[in-house]
Amino acid sequence: MGEQSPVLEMTGIRKVFPGVVALDGVDFRMFPGEVHALMGENGAGKSTLIKTLTGVYEIDGGEITLGGKPVRISGPLQAQQAGISTVYQEVNLCTNLSIAENIFIGREPRRFGKIQWGRMRRRAAELLARLDLDLDVSAPLSTYSLAIQQMVAIARAIDVDARVLILDEPTSSLDTAEVEQLFRVMRRLKESGVAILFVSHFLDQIYEISDRLTILRNGQLISEHRVEELSQVQLVEKMIGKELAALEDVEDKAQSNRERAAGAKPLLEAEGLGRTGAIAPYNLTIHEGEVVGLAGLLGSGRTELARLLFGADKADQGEVRVDGKKVSLRDPQAAMKHRIAFSSENRRTEGIIGDLSVRENIILALQASRGWARPIPRKKQDEIVDKYIKALQIRPADPERPVRNLSGGNQQKVLLARWLITEPRLLIIDEPTRGIDVGAKAEIQKLVAELSTGGMAVLFVSAELEEVLRLSHKIAVLRDRRLVEELENSADVDADRIMQTIASGASS
Amino acid sequence: MSIVKKRLFWPSLILVVMLGINVFTSNQFLTIQDGHLFGTLIDILRGSAPLVLVSVGMTLVIATGGIDLSVGAVMAISGAVACLLIQDLGNQNSVASVLLIIGIAIAVALVLGLWNGTLVAVVGIQPIIATLILMVAGRGLAQLVTDGQIINVQSGPYSTLASGFFLSLPVAFLIAVAAVVLTILLTRRTALGLLLESVGGSPTASRLAGISARRITVMVYVVAGGFAGLAGLIYSADIKSADSISAGNLIELDAILAVVIGGTALIGGRFSIIGTVLGAVIIQTLRITVVALDIPDKANLLFKAVVVVALCLSQSPEFRAKVFGRFKRRPAVEKVAA
Amino acid sequence: MTTMQTSPVVKGDGPQLNKRHRSFRPNTKHVPILATLGLLVAMYVSGLANYPRFDNPMVVVNLFRDNAVLLVVAVGMTFVILTGGIDLSVGAVISLTTVLTATLLKADWPPLVVLPAVLVLGALIGAGQGAVIHYFKVEPFIATLAGLFLARGLALFINEDSIPIRNDMWRELSDFRIPLADGVSTKPIAIVALLTLLIAAVVLAWTRFGRNVYAIGGNADSALLMGLPVGRTKIAVYTLSGFCAALGGVLFSINSTSGWAGQGNGIELDAIAACVIGGVLLTGGSGFVWGTLLGVLVTGLIRTLINFQGDLNVAWSQIIVGVLLFSFIVMQRLVTRKAR
Repeated sequence: MGEQSPVLEMTGIRKVFPGVVALDGVDFRMFPGEVHALMGENGAGKSTLIKTLTGVYEIDGGEITLGGKPVRISGPLQAQQAGISTVYQEVNLCTNLSIAENIFIGREPRRFGKIQWGRMRRRAAELLARLDLDLDVSAPLSTYSLAIQQMVAIARAIDVDARVLILDEPTSSLDTAEVEQLFRVMRRLKESGVAILFVSHFLDQIYEISDRLTILRNGQLISEHRVEELSQVQLVEKMIGKELAALEDVEDKAQSNRERAAGAKPLLEAEGLGRTGAIAPYNLTIHEGEVVGLAGLLGSGRTELARLLFGADKADQGEVRVDGKKVSLRDPQAAMKHRIAFSSENRRTEGIIGDLSVRENIILALQASRGWARPIPRKKQDEIVDKYIKALQIRPADPERPVRNLSGGNQQKVLLARWLITEPRLLIIDEPTRGIDVGAKAEIQKLVAELSTGGMAVLFVSAELEEVLRLSHKIAVLRDRRLVEELENSADVDADRIMQTIASGASS
Repeated sequence: MSIVKKRLFWPSLILVVMLGINVFTSNQFLTIQDGHLFGTLIDILRGSAPLVLVSVGMTLVIATGGIDLSVGAVMAISGAVACLLIQDLGNQNSVASVLLIIGIAIAVALVLGLWNGTLVAVVGIQPIIATLILMVAGRGLAQLVTDGQIINVQSGPYSTLASGFFLSLPVAFLIAVAAVVLTILLTRRTALGLLLESVGGSPTASRLAGISARRITVMVYVVAGGFAGLAGLIYSADIKSADSISAGNLIELDAILAVVIGGTALIGGRFSIIGTVLGAVIIQTLRITVVALDIPDKANLLFKAVVVVALCLSQSPEFRAKVFGRFKRRPAVEKVAA
Repeated sequence: MTTMQTSPVVKGDGPQLNKRHRSFRPNTKHVPILATLGLLVAMYVSGLANYPRFDNPMVVVNLFRDNAVLLVVAVGMTFVILTGGIDLSVGAVISLTTVLTATLLKADWPPLVVLPAVLVLGALIGAGQGAVIHYFKVEPFIATLAGLFLARGLALFINEDSIPIRNDMWRELSDFRIPLADGVSTKPIAIVALLTLLIAAVVLAWTRFGRNVYAIGGNADSALLMGLPVGRTKIAVYTLSGFCAALGGVLFSINSTSGWAGQGNGIELDAIAACVIGGVLLTGGSGFVWGTLLGVLVTGLIRTLINFQGDLNVAWSQIIVGVLLFSFIVMQRLVTRKAR
């Protein structure tokens, strides 16, 4: 393609928030027809950089040129008009409106001020056809899955003749087939000369689709590379600024655990447990000190299976035994009485209470199990909280700070602390490492390994097969809302083996 | 806590200024007569009792992310029930009977609160709509109870609720103080406050943390109903009759206002009982100050509107940033960094 | 049928992959409206069956006449509720409008100056509330409550007593009858109300502004990120509601040829109730003005039926509206829950 001039060039970008320098003289450029990955841990300044491009924030210093001309981006609408379109991680559409409207709202085809519904629907259908989608465009968006909503968001973004398309973690809630579909669309857009800024936590995806990548750390530019110039290990090192020893450490621990858990007695047994429409009846036994990993694609029933064991959803068939005795897990409180803990995948909506302080968030579950009439004395609260802030390295180490001001990784640690102080026998954690930086991820994995060494059973749900393989003694594989296979983790079980099961539906 | 204190600075200042005005304008701000305290201050304390009661209940409801529009209707119903029963008494001055009747009226109010709470927490209806039902139908019910008439009662013990004195302080004031103290103890000495704020902050997350959000939500509506019922009794004891139309008319709006002035956000979460009490007293003081200032009665509402607008704007961070931001830029940065 | 989005245009067999994502949920948008319509018909039929003179067309015509003000106010309220807001000030704006109209006419202002002046004033009050809500992030509930106090306070300040209107134009408008059929006629205010409804329906279904209203009610943050003029639209709906309230006030003053500060007390509740009974979701983003019309007619018909019965306490109408509110809310709840 030769060295053209960049379509977008940002130089010396500076953005300051009260007390924090979020971007400190960052340079960033994009060429037409390339997929450019923006890499960095949480807090590196990725989101801030993107928000200055989309007009959510105004920059405090530096210059942005678009197509060679300097621009000042003052708002989302202005960014769109300049040719910068964005699809966010959480799909930002109005689910009460139809698909066609979501694509065209704000620029509906009109005649004499009147919206031309017919034309709008036709154009929406054409546009979606270009993305290989055939949908009822007049149906409300709320009737479709998140993945489809994402595609609709992209359709909206590309229809405005975007020169720069920003995809902020578009793949985090898509399954493999959907990711492929997205990549097809991205390649097609690339051919037509669109510059795509791509953000993802999945390194494989980065390497599959990107041409070039820029690495940020602590609000500063580290370097820019062509993808083939940089190995994955080098990339991660540049992102976190330290060696990968931490991750390998975890591996060793988990290995040694595998042998230890062999003779343990069963803690929880589920028999024919199921919920219509959510998960087909399944059998699962979890032993003391055992880490059971749940593998499967998004929507395969991983989360649904786990939720039944906590009473977050009510099972409509089957039974559960704890220590061999039949129990009823009709709601979270009932499960907590049997010392089962559950940390949801939706950290923000089902995990933390943003307004409350770190301390209050940590003691919440313990307090709930004691009932409102028996408050935990303040002195004891402070002791517990300080201990866990130290143990889990929660940053900033201020127990009275509202938890919403913490980064994703630290919020996750707060949630883990919330459950650990209840001293659970079975800890169910759903996607604890999603959307958090590599360093925090390694710490959480290490913690899981340590907990199981201490005798706690862990049900570990993750979209990342490597993570499941590294930590689990036993792996349950799900496909189409059905538990299809249970594997003892051993040297000959690898990602390919599990992928096979996921793809074919059963062991041979 | 410091955030709440900061938010309460302006309301406190306004209250102090208004009380100051009253010291100068009223000929009797605080005196002793017949062994009782008398004067404008006592009028304010006595007069704010119903609003304080209703507002405190409202605070708890709002903390859970709800709202209770039916408090005025509940006041009307409890007053109507009490007056109807007292009217039928052979001896309206029998203390025991009146106490029993007060108990019955409050029980009715608690049941109405239970109805609201059930709709919100069990059926899962938005609070503003769920309580709208009772707000609309409740006054009709009160009118049915009194058969559309205004029932007058001549009961000494009943009047004591509103105009009596105990230890030289008004009984209504003491009831309000008792309710406030009880509520504060109940929320801050136990974990109830934390659990309330948690449910208000995120009901889903609270449920998954093992909090019985449902039970707590029902409970706050019941408490709000009970307090509203008590307020209705004080009101009707004051006018010695049951007036289904004007009892607690628009008090829900005053109560919500008091809560907001007190620094509790309408979306739920963090709440401040003391702030609410302050808000309720401000509203009542305003009412009395307007009279004391010889501002014609018809300007009362206009005056209130001005204060409300001023308060709302002073509490809006956006407003403060836009208006004062230019002058106070540096301190603002320091404050956040600290 | 202007507000309906008609049947799907795209059909055919897509790739398997995409088919899988359709979850089969019936279009629940229209269920509440149909239920309200059914109720309305049932009530009317039962009226026909029980009362001999109920078949007089004047019953229906008067329903529109007697509820013209409520309809106009409820239409404005529908816009506000669709964005997820609420406007408590409409009753107070009505009272201010009637008092101001009567006072100005008494001072011999030309009626053609008074009319636009009060309408603009209503719109300005609404715009002010909208601006406070948008720019200073004050909750709609509180901002419009302050507006309620302000407008009613002003009205009381101007005059506490009822002021008769002796202006010729107002009197003629008040006495004017539009013949519809033999022995059936209606007042101009009913026509104005219906026109308002019609314009509102067209605006909501066919203009960008209308669709922005739905988008904001669905998800205001998304709407902002999609580049929609959220602030402008929000301020506009409150302006519109203020305008509708002022128009309602003018209709009131024509109907009663007087102005009084107590006018329109509590009408905000009736308007909200009408919206809810008509299937407008109080959380915003879903509902139609046609539903609001049905809601207004249902509440009006209840009063008519109670009048015909004659021996019922009027308190019953409040209780019945309450019961209706209850059943419609529970129904909405069940429908949406089942769909999930």
